[in-house]
Amino acid sequence: MNQPTANPPRTAAADADRAVPPARMASRGVTDDQTASATPVAHTAPPTGEEHPRTAPLAIHDMTVAYDRKPVLWDVDLNVPEGQLVAIVGPNGAGKSTLIKAALNLMPMVSGQVLIYGKPYRKQRHLVGYVPQRETVDWDFPVSALDVVAMGRYGRIGWFRPVTRKHRRAALDALERVEMAQYAHRQISQLSGGQQQRVFLARALAQDAKLYFMDEPFASVDAATERAIVRVLHELKDAGRTVIVVHHDLQTVTEYFDYLILLNMRVVTHGPVDDVFTQENLRMTYGGRLTLLSEAAQLFTQQSRSPRVD
Amino acid sequence: MARINTSRSRLRSFTARRPKRGALVIAAALSMSAFTAEIAAAPMQNPKGGHSIADTGFTWPTVEQTVRVLTLRDYNTRIVVMGVTCLGLASGTVGTFLLLRKRSLTADALSHAALPGIGLAFITLVLLGQDGKHLPGLLAGAFIAGCLGVGCILIIRHTTRLKDDAALGIVLSVSFGLGVVLLTIIQQMPVGGQAGLQRFVIGRAASMGARDAWVILICAAAVIVVCAALFKELQLLCFDQGYAGAQGWPVIRLDVILMALVTMVTVIALQSVGLVLAVAMLIIPAAAARFWTDQLMRMTLTAALIGMVSGYLGAVISALQPRMPTGPVIVLVCAAGFGVSMVAGIRRGMVVRVWRHWQLNNRVAMQHLLRAMFEQYESGTTPDRAFDGARMIQPRRIKVQFDKLLPKRSWTAAELRGIAATAVRRGLIHRNDDNSLSLTDAGGAQARRVVRNHRLWETYLIHYADIAPSHVDRDADQIEHVLGRDMVDRLERLLSEQLPPRTVPPSPHGA
Repeated sequence: MNQPTANPPRTAAADADRAVPPARMASRGVTDDQTASATPVAHTAPPTGEEHPRTAPLAIHDMTVAYDRKPVLWDVDLNVPEGQLVAIVGPNGAGKSTLIKAALNLMPMVSGQVLIYGKPYRKQRHLVGYVPQRETVDWDFPVSALDVVAMGRYGRIGWFRPVTRKHRRAALDALERVEMAQYAHRQISQLSGGQQQRVFLARALAQDAKLYFMDEPFASVDAATERAIVRVLHELKDAGRTVIVVHHDLQTVTEYFDYLILLNMRVVTHGPVDDVFTQENLRMTYGGRLTLLSEAAQLFTQQSRSPRVD
Repeated sequence: MARINTSRSRLRSFTARRPKRGALVIAAALSMSAFTAEIAAAPMQNPKGGHSIADTGFTWPTVEQTVRVLTLRDYNTRIVVMGVTCLGLASGTVGTFLLLRKRSLTADALSHAALPGIGLAFITLVLLGQDGKHLPGLLAGAFIAGCLGVGCILIIRHTTRLKDDAALGIVLSVSFGLGVVLLTIIQQMPVGGQAGLQRFVIGRAASMGARDAWVILICAAAVIVVCAALFKELQLLCFDQGYAGAQGWPVIRLDVILMALVTMVTVIALQSVGLVLAVAMLIIPAAAARFWTDQLMRMTLTAALIGMVSGYLGAVISALQPRMPTGPVIVLVCAAGFGVSMVAGIRRGMVVRVWRHWQLNNRVAMQHLLRAMFEQYESGTTPDRAFDGARMIQPRRIKVQFDKLLPKRSWTAAELRGIAATAVRRGLIHRNDDNSLSLTDAGGAQARRVVRNHRLWETYLIHYADIAPSHVDRDADQIEHVLGRDMVDRLERLLSEQLPPRTVPPSPHGA
């Protein structure tokens, strides 16, 4: 039982592929082992040391993350371009959240290096905003929505000082951007799930960061919240910010995002959405899951539909 | 598939907050503590002079005695009450964060771990030729041992795959066992003063001297100052440690600070409350405060107040009844405060919840009544469905029989009579001489508003089902405030299209 448990069910061919030690796997060209044509795939993970690692908002080199000896992520190598809306997409257990957490130093890496705008994360924290998954906190906590959003300002306020009116004002502005100003003084357990998600988003906005990490912000939210989040994403993009979003909904990837990272314990491929979002790449990411593939096939037929965003 | 799930859940458990421990576990631990306290209380009664062990009588203090104690006339009483009150203040403050950090049982393990520390400190002091009852020395031993106990918990948690509760159980029971063994050894040592050590198990405030009270005062002040200075940092730590970590706040160091504060409070609580019950002083005031407020600052202040009052009352009672063990008395006073809060707390107390529920039922019933009345009007001779436009003309002249209202809803005749009586009292409905009901002018206006809102909401939910859940505040009197004027206009247009042709379509608003 030396294989990782986080793998989705795969075909026999893919299983053989998995038996290869991780180090060798990266150097091997990834080939599509399920189609008879067996054409080399255009968008494999690019080699290390490529263009503009110094200015990239997020540059990950050779990242391996393991939990209790079971590798969750292998040899991740990634440069995220500036000013784009980036989606990280992959099956359950592919390590999407782990990638973010490791990048934010919330999880130890076995090996690798993470650079935020060319420097280690420790030195660049003020540039990074983080929206964790909603379930990670106890929403029964005795604070109001405004108090939570004000937490985004703590880094600026610094040790020992209380939250001043100026910072409370900034927090309220952030709440307004997600259309939640009217709920500012509600206790957070009295908010709906979508509203709680928007409070988390507002907290990250209050930080006024340059690079945002969002962990499944669209997970089980109502349509109004989804729209509010998408609008905020576009505002951030217009302001030149980079946003990296863990996303689970293939239906909306092309609609919401510019840049796509397909992840399944390793970076399957990454690049502009239009180039990367292909059936073959999805098959490589998700394995031979038929339901998903047929879903994807449907997607390609209706890819030209007009975006729902206004 | 199963494999994916397990690895994912492992991942979660690695990163997510510590699992909630059931109240049951805490209750069990507390009851166990109370049990050990009872046992420990037995030998405590004889050393006190004046009472023999056979004397089980209970004498009520005289009024003079009571007044004397309550107003703190005696120097000794003053010292004890001051010390215990400060302790309550500090424990309430720190306890709030401890409770919200979900580390209550860690504090329990910590206080039990203090016992071997006291024993070892006594032995060390005696071996060094000092007085074994030197209080600062004993408390230092307790502090160090408490920290070691927490260290053991952390080591077990991080190096094995045991869950938190197992680590806590191991450390708590083993250190208490070790402490009892050490105390037994001390009993057999050829030096004096051993008997005094028993007081740390369940506390005896009466033995407190001026110097001890000053130690408590200074420690309590230090604890409160640190809590005030780090209020926002501790709030962030307790609410969302992942975000705190991502923001660069030193989560582990903050945790260590919090546990150090808890250890400090536990140590100063040893003398008056005793180690088995110290955790109660930390948790109960905070848990009680949660019923009164939804705001952390207020909760902290409330908890501090409850702790303070419990400390004061407990000390006073034990001054009036010297044979009562102080620690359990204080804890019982705390528990009484908790009971009162649980029932009467203005935010989450039972009374408030029942009251809110009752109010909601009433409001809904009233709306049902008004709607039923209005629908009777509609089906009557004068169709009037222009909710926003013309006023209903003389609603009083239309009479609705009670029997006709009854089948409109699932209410019983008694319920309907009750709500109708309320409506009459509020001047919304007029009871005619023949016992039929009519809407008053005010009632007519309100009925029209209720029906209009109801129908607009229904239309909204039918046509905009996908965005509805986030906006459903159907109780809002002014639907425009929730949905916006544009949306209401659109809904009104939709609604008028659906109306049967015989009725007058509602005029655009403002007519």
